[in-house]
Amino acid sequence: MELLRQTGYLLKKEILLEWRSKYAFNGVLLYIVSTVFVCYIAFNLTPGFEKSQGYAVVWNVLFWIIILFASVNAIAKSFLQENRSRLLYYYTIASPQAIILSKTIYNTLLMSLLSVLALVVYMLFFNNTVGDGWWYFLVVLAGSITFSTVFTMVSAIAAKAGNNGTLMAILSFPVIIPVIMLLVKISKSAMDGVERSLTYGNFAVLGAINVIVIAISLILFPFLWRD
Amino acid sequence: MKFIYQAWWKILGVLLVVYTIIAGFLFTVPALPILHETIRNVYFHVPMWMAMFLVFGVSVFYSIRYLASGKEEHDLIAIECVNTGIIFYVLGLVSGMLWARYAWGEYWSNDPKQNSAAIAFLLYCAYLVLRNAIDEEQKRARISAIYNIFAFPIMIVLLFILPRLTDSLHPGNGGNPAFGKYDMTNEMRAVLYPAFIGWMIIALWIATLRYRIRLIENKQNSL
Repeated sequence: MELLRQTGYLLKKEILLEWRSKYAFNGVLLYIVSTVFVCYIAFNLTPGFEKSQGYAVVWNVLFWIIILFASVNAIAKSFLQENRSRLLYYYTIASPQAIILSKTIYNTLLMSLLSVLALVVYMLFFNNTVGDGWWYFLVVLAGSITFSTVFTMVSAIAAKAGNNGTLMAILSFPVIIPVIMLLVKISKSAMDGVERSLTYGNFAVLGAINVIVIAISLILFPFLWRD
Repeated sequence: MKFIYQAWWKILGVLLVVYTIIAGFLFTVPALPILHETIRNVYFHVPMWMAMFLVFGVSVFYSIRYLASGKEEHDLIAIECVNTGIIFYVLGLVSGMLWARYAWGEYWSNDPKQNSAAIAFLLYCAYLVLRNAIDEEQKRARISAIYNIFAFPIMIVLLFILPRLTDSLHPGNGGNPAFGKYDMTNEMRAVLYPAFIGWMIIALWIATLRYRIRLIENKQNSL
């Protein structure tokens, strides 16, 4: 109960800080919109591409790559913006589990919001070919949640190891590649309007990855923060 | 930790490996379509992964112990086990690729098992890069121990769970029968199981040698 109470307070503080500055949110939103726009212009250099066979595949893969880099950028900030003395202050008043849990929940909320907005922007610019819209939406939510849990833990490690972006990418990409492959597969079947029950197994694997990552971060974070 | 200085298990390992190399090439194997004599690769390919798995497991065990104890030796064992494991990882990949050239037609045929093996390899390369990125020794030991524990279950998911869910050509995955199920004769088992034990011992031996070298280096550097 104590843990939940602390997590609640820390989460409220994260949201309040973000609400005051809107730095991560606006920054990543601008990042997404400009990437989508660049892709839109680049695609229009080849007239008739929308009618071609591979359009749906490119549409899907491109969306996930945009979300991937957006979430790396958004979540890398979560531990970088904390300076040493503030972290020290947290550790005197809250348990490490509460800190990592609140960060994870906050990043999950942020990424869900951002990826839904990204989907809207993306559909505005690109001709929408999704067959099963609600299922695709659900896959996007599941994907952003998985990205947040994985990247939160990795950014905690990277922040301890000198705070550079290269390390964040190197550490997280091997972990995230299988997730991306799964997501591309499920979302492609949602686009093609495949029977929903056929993708339950893949959702179960995503859920299992989330559970594993959250359990590992809860166990390992207490060892990570103490210096 | 006394047993790493003893000789009996190393002799046993060498004998087993010599036996499996001779028996692996000379014993009869069942004549199967497509596979033919390439089935002998199972004596050399699968034990590499077993050996890798063992040393990575030992490495995670000592990473956990490092977090509990903070002793430098535990960190040294963890890193040297990963170093040894990576050698066996590469050997496993290469022996698999050579076999795939004959059985599947290509060295690399975009098979899920091969792809996830490559990704898991990146995972452990990232571990080595992470170690190089941190200068302070205790901090390096702690953070890399955490990453090692984080990476191990993901490696298991990549190598053993994800390929089983998709259509892989690799035996044992995606509905393909494993060697053990239908094709393995008792004569093959008599070679394969000693090969597992033999190569696991060899991997442990290499890891302990590297660990002992590191201990000596530490003693010389510490004045």
